[in-house]
Amino acid sequence: MTAIQGGRSLAGRLRRPFGRGGRSSRAAYMYLLPAFCVMGIITFYPLIFQVWMSFTDFGLQNLRQGSAPPITVGIKNYVDVLTSALAIPNYFFVRLLLYNIWWAISNVAIHLVLGVAIAVLLNIKGLWFQKFYRAMFIIPVVIPPLIVATVWRNMYDPDAGAISLLLAGAGKIIGLDTEGFRIDWLRQVEDPISFIPLPLAFYAMLVTNTWLGWPLNSVVATGALQSIPNELYESAEMDGATGWDKFRHITMTFLRPAMLPYAIYGFVVTFNLFYLAFFMSGGGPFGRTELLVTQAYRLVNEQRLYGVGAAFAVIMFFILLSITLVTNRLAKATKSYDHS
Amino acid sequence: MTSVTTQPTNRQTLIQLHSTRGRIGLARQALLQALAILTLLTVLFPVVWVFSVSLDPLNRSRPQGLNVIPEGASFDAYAQVIAQPTNNPIGFVDLGLNSLKIALGSALVSVAIGVSAAYAFSRLKFRLRELLMIAILGVLMLPAVATLAPLFVLLNQFQLTLPILGEFNLRNSLLGVAMAIISGLLPFAIWNLKGYLDTIPKELEEAAAVDGATTNQTFVKIVLPLATPALAVTAFLGFIGGWTEFYFSWQFLTKAEDQTLAMALYSMQGTFASTPWSLFSAFAIMFALPPAVVYFFAQRYITSGLAIGGVKG
Repeated sequence: MTAIQGGRSLAGRLRRPFGRGGRSSRAAYMYLLPAFCVMGIITFYPLIFQVWMSFTDFGLQNLRQGSAPPITVGIKNYVDVLTSALAIPNYFFVRLLLYNIWWAISNVAIHLVLGVAIAVLLNIKGLWFQKFYRAMFIIPVVIPPLIVATVWRNMYDPDAGAISLLLAGAGKIIGLDTEGFRIDWLRQVEDPISFIPLPLAFYAMLVTNTWLGWPLNSVVATGALQSIPNELYESAEMDGATGWDKFRHITMTFLRPAMLPYAIYGFVVTFNLFYLAFFMSGGGPFGRTELLVTQAYRLVNEQRLYGVGAAFAVIMFFILLSITLVTNRLAKATKSYDHS
Repeated sequence: MTSVTTQPTNRQTLIQLHSTRGRIGLARQALLQALAILTLLTVLFPVVWVFSVSLDPLNRSRPQGLNVIPEGASFDAYAQVIAQPTNNPIGFVDLGLNSLKIALGSALVSVAIGVSAAYAFSRLKFRLRELLMIAILGVLMLPAVATLAPLFVLLNQFQLTLPILGEFNLRNSLLGVAMAIISGLLPFAIWNLKGYLDTIPKELEEAAAVDGATTNQTFVKIVLPLATPALAVTAFLGFIGGWTEFYFSWQFLTKAEDQTLAMALYSMQGTFASTPWSLFSAFAIMFALPPAVVYFFAQRYITSGLAIGGVKG
């Protein structure tokens, strides 16, 4: 045994100076080649092309084969996007960005708290029908968000929608006039809470996205909860720990490393959640629930301002890059298996 | 740990204590059940509602009240969806086939070429590793919508007049849409698979290397079989993305025969006044059901194959 091992390590030592790194590097690049060839053509090249486009007035007139090239306009598109000087209705960049950040933070906070709370509830030993509940609570996860958004838009219809009818039915029981529940959830212009500058559509979509978002948080939290060894709780009890002590020191300690990367992931997903803002409120009222993604889509799809759309996307890239850099530091996602 | 091993008797009593504590009192049970049932009702409410609306007769444009089984309930809406859900002369099956082609094509291509890159990032050392990883992550963080303009313009430049098929515009084709999807899906596949490969212990591969296996042999014979759940899950998630893809299809495709399910769903919502809600609901259910059923029953595998930055620790 020792002889063989000795031989191997010697051979290894001999090979190393020549490029253990080099050989490994060459193999690595071979493994990367197919993916980077494809991405070079359909991911990285379009992104570079996008940067060029963003300095031009690329529009519908430049689209056809053989048509005149677009005129270079310098940083005009960027200035217009950032100073809200675009000739399109209800566009105000700072409000858009602030709303988008608030939309992501508020949603993720609710998802996390609700997801963990329900996971803890369903993890209590001796609870009846535990498996049944867990299976049922996965339903929102399995329905594509596009369909969730379009169905909930109908549910928020002021007249025939389920929400208005449900509230009216509940109101009737306590003797309220049903007319008062004809609420235009997604289009009402007045803010429901006068001192918070958010339209009713925000709260309505927050409810929809809560329905959509907490269950997956719960699944992740359940996985983490079940990895906690019982012995920890037992010995904590021996030491006279209360229920709250156990939750804070044991449960939270195990939940945090699992939930943090998931919260980051949820933040980015929610930040870019196209479907609700596009299909439910349509960005309204007056563009106040528009997100960066839906605005980007409108610039290209409705306004056909391809140059401006490209500049908008580049700006979005830098916004998301700063988010990525901040969160990367938290998740250490670039660290390899060795270092983690 | 040491205290447990040195005092086995203590541990015995603890286990007994715990097993009696495992049962919760009836009052507490009732309270917890009430909470769970309330949650269950909120989860099921939209699902039951959309199902009951889908049973409405077609001559009723909007539901009358909240009835689980509406008056005059029928499956007419489903029959109409299968025949022709929108004004376009295309039935559900053809819409579904278009979505299927896009979804299957983009999912399989992304996973097939993504896994080898993921392996390189997870196991091999090379000089540009960190830089390329950041490039992937940077692209990954960019939502698909943000590449809409250049992909639209570039794919549109690829126009040919083919001898038999006639005019072909890559942009205005299912292939073009699939390419646009792969543009964003491939980085996701690489990252997700890399995350999963990171969680597979290295010992097996090290043992294989000691036995003289090359990198290629290790990859094919050891890593790929171990990564099967993640491959399936990543392909499935990509499939769902393609199945419900909206922005590229809506922007790129103009021919009626190329319509996808997502495009039809949106056009049914757009012409809202004229589309009966029963038709819309039946369409939504038939659209959601195939991926939802697979997801529902494979849920455990999917969550374990989804390595969101190392959920598995």
